[in-house]
Amino acid sequence: MRKFFDKAATLVFWGTALALGALLAGVLGFVANRGWSAISWEFIFEPPRDGMTAGGIWTPFVGTLELIVVSMAATVPVGVGTGLYFSEYATDSFFTHVLRQSIRALAGVPSVVFGLFGLSLFVIFLGFGSSMLSASLTLACLSLPLMVTASEQAFRAVPQDYRDASYALGATKWQTIRKVVLPSAASTIITGVILSIGRVAGETAPIIFTGAAFYTPDVAQSLFDEVMALPYHVYVLSTAGTNIEATRPLQYGAILVLVGLVLGISSIGVWMRTRLTREK
Amino acid sequence: MGLRMGKSETTSHHFGGWGDKAAARTAFSVSTICILIMGFILYFLVKESLPVLKATTLSELLFGMDWYPQETPPALGMFPLIASSLAVTFLSSAIGLPVSIVIAVFTAEIAPRRLRSLVKPLLELLGFLPSIVFGFLGMVVVAPWLQARFNLLTGLNMANASALLGMMMVPIVGSLADEALCAVPRELRDASYALGATRWETIRRVVLPSALPGVLSASLLGVMRATGETMVMLMAAGGAAVIPQSLFDPVRPLTSTIAAEMGETPVGSEHYHALFFAGLILLLITLAINLLSAKIEAKGLKTKGGNL
Amino acid sequence: MLKKMGKILVATMILGLGIAGAACAAEIVVNGSTTVLPFAQIAVERFAAAHPDVKISISGGGTGNGIKGLIDKTTHIANASREIKSSEIEQAKANGVTPFETAVALDCIVPLVHPSNPVKNLTFAQLKKIYTGEISNWKDVGGENAPIAVVGRDSSSGTYGTWQELVVEKGDKEKKSRVTPKAQVTASSGAMLTTVANNKYAIGYDGIGYVDKTVKAVSVEGVEASIATAKNNTYPMSRKLYMYTNGKPAGEVKAFIDYVLSADGQKIVTDTGFINIK
Repeated sequence: MRKFFDKAATLVFWGTALALGALLAGVLGFVANRGWSAISWEFIFEPPRDGMTAGGIWTPFVGTLELIVVSMAATVPVGVGTGLYFSEYATDSFFTHVLRQSIRALAGVPSVVFGLFGLSLFVIFLGFGSSMLSASLTLACLSLPLMVTASEQAFRAVPQDYRDASYALGATKWQTIRKVVLPSAASTIITGVILSIGRVAGETAPIIFTGAAFYTPDVAQSLFDEVMALPYHVYVLSTAGTNIEATRPLQYGAILVLVGLVLGISSIGVWMRTRLTREK
Repeated sequence: MGLRMGKSETTSHHFGGWGDKAAARTAFSVSTICILIMGFILYFLVKESLPVLKATTLSELLFGMDWYPQETPPALGMFPLIASSLAVTFLSSAIGLPVSIVIAVFTAEIAPRRLRSLVKPLLELLGFLPSIVFGFLGMVVVAPWLQARFNLLTGLNMANASALLGMMMVPIVGSLADEALCAVPRELRDASYALGATRWETIRRVVLPSALPGVLSASLLGVMRATGETMVMLMAAGGAAVIPQSLFDPVRPLTSTIAAEMGETPVGSEHYHALFFAGLILLLITLAINLLSAKIEAKGLKTKGGNL
Repeated sequence: MLKKMGKILVATMILGLGIAGAACAAEIVVNGSTTVLPFAQIAVERFAAAHPDVKISISGGGTGNGIKGLIDKTTHIANASREIKSSEIEQAKANGVTPFETAVALDCIVPLVHPSNPVKNLTFAQLKKIYTGEISNWKDVGGENAPIAVVGRDSSSGTYGTWQELVVEKGDKEKKSRVTPKAQVTASSGAMLTTVANNKYAIGYDGIGYVDKTVKAVSVEGVEASIATAKNNTYPMSRKLYMYTNGKPAGEVKAFIDYVLSADGQKIVTDTGFINIK
């Protein structure tokens, strides 16, 4: 009887795992299948045309890349700095406690609330308007906790012996950090950056009120321009377009590119992380 | 031992040089930015939502049944929205959490090593799938199918959104719960097997109970994600501001209400402030869940420390 | 490794700043009603092609959002599917903005049902009862014995406002009538169309520009919505669509609005299914 339960349980676990695997493979396969026919060089390198019922996705595609670059430029220094503070400087103080709780809380804030925050702080209060800058900064805040955690872990993984050896040679603390700690933590930090990019690239809710444009004829050229973004473009095409049924192929194509971009970036990160943990 | 002492010394004293002090100060001031951001989020949400109390009372906001924010004067009863949020969170957790935990047990305990090293990264990867993809499929594929299959009034409903959310939860909760299960010491399992227990008995009586705090906090994270998810709700939940009576009723959670209406309302109107208030409710719910999971984790650490 | 990372960081920053520094040409930001989008977006596209020196972007945040942007000076042209509200004018004045109204097109709001639905005509009274929840079965309005799935728009979209005024509150002096809370709510004109097209029990409404063969337009009080019936005022639910600017349009903004009102611009209006105003 006990053997039977054991067998039954094993069966249930395998069954669920296989079913889930099949389901997800089905979903991805479905999207790939529908989207593939829409994808061509022109689709990627041409801006939308004719009321967004024809042409490609160049403008939103570049917009998403721009949002990634600007948000990372903001979040990486702060994230790495905070990670450094945690691993090298933090004492068991009230400040450290508050800092840790803030980051924890930040990680749980719903993305639409980040949107409200970005609207009130960046768009209205600081007067950046609905722009690439506002949207990027909002995304930067959203990815900050991820970046902090990743860099803290990276710094902590550097063996204490390395630091001690450096001190023994007469290096100051800052020299040690710069010459020893940062270089040995760098690859893990870069992994963290890549994973943050994967998270940021697919976000829609935080940019709806902070800088995503329904349509711009050109790729955004300044931080204060509104910017088209791939996830929002999918939303727009599928809910607010002028001819939704006719643009289905475009929608599936855009979804497939978005999924490819996000999963492509994230898989580099996940692969690097798996390799790094295996090395240890 | 000498090295250990050296460590505590080096971390508490930042040496004397000018560069060292500057570096320490920079790291310190940069990290205050994190606190500032969290503080600003709270400040702006409170500041922008409080004026709504001039237009209506707190109990009317929280328990009022009518959400007609464009009327003059506006009816700002958020109870249907709150109820929708809670209902979807509950239903999606009921679907997603058991599957997540089964998957976690599968990868941690049952899958052969090579399969595990393939499944684990894939699972993590799926956690990155943008929510708009799920929302889109819910609207375009699931909804028409649901309606035809069950002959419903509409396919855009609570069941649709919850099933999608449940699916989105699995990679996130699954990965974290897997880590919690893997952290259970080998010896505990060996002891259980040595006593003649089968694998299922070991999982149920030994591994799961001792990984419980980790599994619980992973689940809470999933619940938090579900509460805050916006795009799936916006595209697949149907958007009727009523308290759901059945699984197939359309619902209008707080998140999608904000996303859909924020763009349409004049800045500074009562409706605008009410939407910030909705954001504040969401923020407070997630903060509460966060606190709860911190408590559970702390307790888990304590009992672990006691056992070992 | 550190050098590499440093380089990546510096490169990102430079790229970011480079983007910031580049080109600050004349700029027009257009935002507002999703109803106006179909022709406004094509107009933007064509206008941009003819004026490469002008940077122009268009968003469809909704009428309220467009006017909001006009008030806080982040938007130059606010598309609207309703007239500006007095409260919005007050806010604008307090911010030193004088909204200036230009009507650019005519639109009919058309009740929609699934193509398989046999119902062809509805009276105002029937529409009102359906939307307030008093009638909830198609057989009560001459259709099959099937439930009615009421689909509405977000409460502050211009289309919602017009529907509310012309249908739901019709013959109701105190303006107490409300759309049933059981109604599904869709976030845009396009979402409304797909929702109705995919649901055989649904009834919804949209600007005539959005209506295509995936849904069936229902005539109101026996009058079918068309360009002719809207122009001669026999169709009972038509409205003007507007572009609001801060003061009389000038410079590039004037050039764009003039383009919309030109023969070419008005052709876009009619091509997308709306009704030309000039």
